[in-house]
Amino acid sequence: MDKPQPRTAFAPAKEPDTAQDAQAARRKRAMDSLARSDRGRLEAFLAREAADLEVHAVRGPETGLVMVRGRIGGGGAPFNLGEATMSRATIRLADGTIGHGQLLGSDRAHARLAAIIDALGQRADYAAQVNALVSAIEADLTAADERLAEETAATRVDFFTMVRGED
Amino acid sequence: MYVAVKGGETAIAEAHRLLADRRRGPRDLPSLTLAQIAGQLALAVDRVMAEASLYDPTLAALAVKQARGDMIEAIFLLRAYRTTLPRLAISQPLETAAMQIERRVSATYKDLPGGQLLGPTFDYTHRLLDPALAEAGDEAADVAAATRRPSSGERVMRVSDILDGEGLVEGDGHFGADHVAGDITREPLEFPMPRDTRLQVLARGDEGFLLSLAYSTQRGYARTHPFVGEIRIGLVEVEIDLPELGFAVSLGRLRITECQMVNQFKGSAKEPPQFTRGYGLVFGQSERKAMAMSLVDRALRAGEFGEDIVAPAQDQEFVLSHADNVQATGFVEHLKLPHYVDFQAELDLVRRMRADYEAKRADEASDEDAITSEAAQ
Repeated sequence: MDKPQPRTAFAPAKEPDTAQDAQAARRKRAMDSLARSDRGRLEAFLAREAADLEVHAVRGPETGLVMVRGRIGGGGAPFNLGEATMSRATIRLADGTIGHGQLLGSDRAHARLAAIIDALGQRADYAAQVNALVSAIEADLTAADERLAEETAATRVDFFTMVRGED
Repeated sequence: MYVAVKGGETAIAEAHRLLADRRRGPRDLPSLTLAQIAGQLALAVDRVMAEASLYDPTLAALAVKQARGDMIEAIFLLRAYRTTLPRLAISQPLETAAMQIERRVSATYKDLPGGQLLGPTFDYTHRLLDPALAEAGDEAADVAAATRRPSSGERVMRVSDILDGEGLVEGDGHFGADHVAGDITREPLEFPMPRDTRLQVLARGDEGFLLSLAYSTQRGYARTHPFVGEIRIGLVEVEIDLPELGFAVSLGRLRITECQMVNQFKGSAKEPPQFTRGYGLVFGQSERKAMAMSLVDRALRAGEFGEDIVAPAQDQEFVLSHADNVQATGFVEHLKLPHYVDFQAELDLVRRMRADYEAKRADEASDEDAITSEAAQ
């Protein structure tokens, strides 16, 4: 793809206009979910779908830092808020497909599993299974978000006006 | 004369062994797990992450455990660990407007889009010790699950955007296009310091120090006349660009607290009357710190608004050079380490000065004696 398309909450990724963009959007969606998934789920998926896969490490897995930025006033100039740990891995499958995995925290094994599944998602013979996994993870994340939103909504203040005596 | 000596290895080893013993505490009680610390002492873990300037709840819980609950020691441990890791990426700026909200309150508007969401707050509790929590055993079953209520789905609008709509508040704070955000982990502090770099210092500054400075501004040492426009706590996504792929991906989410303080400003010849702002952004759930940070941020902008710099909270060099508790504890606590040579040198000097002083006094006394005896004769 030609230009990066950073996603923000109010500007969802624009409609893909080429097959390549659609592929990139699908891959990003998968990577986002794999980063937030429970690691056990990724282990179970690989054990079930691709038990004897040949995987070569290209980079990592390694743990390092990501400098997290904020914006002055919430929407102004960027500033460096502080760092967070992150782990990442890049792997190559026997057929040459490259996969990347990255997430917050120190779980290098998780990063490697995510990289393997990212690579599988690019292969026609695994794309459907990976899509199903991603959809299942997304459903769980959405349910967790809804739960959080509803628990928070229960603490919303309902103001009411007292009836004044003279009225 | 001072003779160099060695020693203390055995004492140090035994002290560390004793520390490990005391840290473990009574053996008939189970050892704390990191999951228990991160899950049940979450705000302690949040504070350690914020002031260590490293977000990692598991490692912060380990630091709290290792430090026996000494927060500054835990912050020191996590800060030191941070220096062992390479920096792999710089994130895109967090979109706090897109936060998955856990708490959001405004003291300036009663009815605002998204509403007042109290979340898990200590506010409105009676601050009475709760004996129920003192009971041993598994009380999990006794604590009711949180209530759920359908969410309105309404967008939780930023209060600064509401005020901005009327043009009565200054903007978010911008620099010229060529400005590069400063980074105090790479460059030493220099004064005067631009606001972006100041915010980095404040974000990892000691909560107690910032709280006291903020309090001082309320008591009149640099009056800023503040209102809490908004406090929001929740989860935000951390995205990084993957240059090899040409798009940004999410690394997951972290919890932050943001405070928008709205402050009065009369206006000047150049600027129409409008509210000014102070900003606070802190890792974890840390409302007190975010509020203090936003007050101090505003006080430090005195020069920008042509205000007289008369109070400690307005003095950049004073505030920013002393906000870091790892630096502060290092310099204060180093005093307990052996200073035998320095002290012996000073002791020797004072002894000589004392001897001179005594000799001079003795001379004066004998002179006086001589005068007195002369007078008597």
